[in-house]
Amino acid sequence: MNWTAIALFIAIVGLTLVITYFAARKTKTASDFYTADGGLTGFQNGLAIAGDYMSAASFLGIAGMIALAGFDGFFYSIGFLVAYLVVLYLVAEPLRNLGKYTMADMIAARFNKPRVRGVAAMNAIVISIFYMIAQLVGAGALIELLLGIPYTTSVVVVGILMTVYVVFGGMTATSWVQITKAVLLMIGTAIISFLVFARFDFSVTTMFNEVSKATPLGSDFLNPGNKFKLPLDTISLNMALVLGTAGLPHILIRFFTVKDAPTARQSVVYATWIIGTFYILTIFLGFGAAAFVGRDAILAANPAGNMAAPLLAQVLGGDLLFAFVAAIAFATILAVVAGLVLSAASAFAHDFYGHIIRKGEATETEQVKAARIASVAVALVSMGLAFFAQSMNVAFLVSLAFAVAASANLPVILFTIFWRRFNTGGAIWGMVVGLCSSLILVALSPNLWAPDGSAIFVGEALFPLSNPGIVSIPLGFIAAVIGTLVTKSDEAAGNYERVLVKANTGIDAETEVAATKAD
Amino acid sequence: MHDVTQVSQTTSHQSAHMITEHETFHRLMREKNRFIVPAIIFSLIFYFTLPILTSYTTILNTPLIGDITWAWAFAFSQFIMTWTLCVLYSRRARRFDALVEQLKVEVRS
Repeated sequence: MNWTAIALFIAIVGLTLVITYFAARKTKTASDFYTADGGLTGFQNGLAIAGDYMSAASFLGIAGMIALAGFDGFFYSIGFLVAYLVVLYLVAEPLRNLGKYTMADMIAARFNKPRVRGVAAMNAIVISIFYMIAQLVGAGALIELLLGIPYTTSVVVVGILMTVYVVFGGMTATSWVQITKAVLLMIGTAIISFLVFARFDFSVTTMFNEVSKATPLGSDFLNPGNKFKLPLDTISLNMALVLGTAGLPHILIRFFTVKDAPTARQSVVYATWIIGTFYILTIFLGFGAAAFVGRDAILAANPAGNMAAPLLAQVLGGDLLFAFVAAIAFATILAVVAGLVLSAASAFAHDFYGHIIRKGEATETEQVKAARIASVAVALVSMGLAFFAQSMNVAFLVSLAFAVAASANLPVILFTIFWRRFNTGGAIWGMVVGLCSSLILVALSPNLWAPDGSAIFVGEALFPLSNPGIVSIPLGFIAAVIGTLVTKSDEAAGNYERVLVKANTGIDAETEVAATKAD
Repeated sequence: MHDVTQVSQTTSHQSAHMITEHETFHRLMREKNRFIVPAIIFSLIFYFTLPILTSYTTILNTPLIGDITWAWAFAFSQFIMTWTLCVLYSRRARRFDALVEQLKVEVRS
């Protein structure tokens, strides 16, 4: 039993609960709950985006993948970062200008039909829950390994904590937990990277030279192709990574926590610096683990390589650094799951309850109450699913969430802002086809089917690629176009000019008319 | 009640239309598109070139400095590309913000 680790875990839990306590006192209205009343600065939101984004899959997963497969693991780092250019150029500012609390708000700004909002909300919930199961499965495994607490208990502990943050502290608590975690994660990663770099005499060439001698892959370690054998699969994965972020609901709702579009833009720029620095450092984590922990020890601790970073910390800094890094990994999971609970709960409470059931007539108190009940429900459902998903591969669930986000959300988000002809039919077709095609292709993929029994079902996979992106993303776009062309143009298409103006300038023509009349 | 909504719908459409016809709005959209369209096309081509080259060829496996191959250099350049395009955009966007402010004043007067 590692007592330092336990003490640090408790310290992190204590710190987050203090944050929640202060946040809870400020959380009264629906706007407080969903968006921290838009009161974050660009830098704060940049840190929170980074904290929301750098999940356990990044920290533990990529470090392990680079340690085991070399260059191929680094593909994730690149894709996760370049994705922010798509967010920055195409999505962040229009989203901030058009939406209020959820992604569906933005689409409803143009297509104010319950069925459009309903489908958009459903997509947000499906993506968030997939992503959350991945985090919970990772959390359970991590805590089980580090503290010896059984998987089920670990999932329950994480589940209770994330529910407490969101129910009591809403977006304010969620944001500050994410900010704290981002700072801790950067500190921890920087310390390990520095120690690794010191062992290589602060020379990049020495590092590359030594690491290729240290692994059984030899010089092949430094070349692409150790993990991804099918060219199309590599490209499909890269496509899902670079286009998925702009459709992830828990990232998109972060842009509502700042006051206007220029601040939303600033927060992406800050986030890009932080996230980029972190992903560069994943090379040091991965190379360090490959050289100083060794392939056999990494595989022995976890066949997927997820324990590479904590093991590296142990080698470099003994039990204390190991405990610190393990506690950071735990904080990472807590911050990410809180954001996910909030995004799924806001889709339920704001879109389904507030707009579809109550037709926008719910009072403030009713809305906040509905959001809190939805948070508890979302947490319970995800915990339940996480019990069944224990044996599932974590990276697979995360890449699935990215593929679904890119296929189901991105086409509709882009067409809503940029395509005049786009209509209700196109929006529904795009979202439904994007969601269904990505889910069906994954269900037929080698992730679930292997002839030798290494996956969940025994048999030949009908779809050869492990990531559906290269097929499902174009399908989402094509369906949105065909849906638009075969259905009748409606008044939503006429609404385009208002959306165009508001997306690009924040000027709402309707209030502008009211204002001129009042003058 | 129904009639009032109808009227305000039409006026809001008209006033949105009025803004889209506005010279400053045209300038804003022209300047935005002139930056964003080439930047997004360039960055996606630059990004996908890496996995396409590593998947279908081995030319990036040649060493550059010591054991560091071109693949790693290209991978690292993706980070530089992202940061550079980010900074360039946030500088350029100050002009967009100024145009938006100008438009707001002009629309209200």
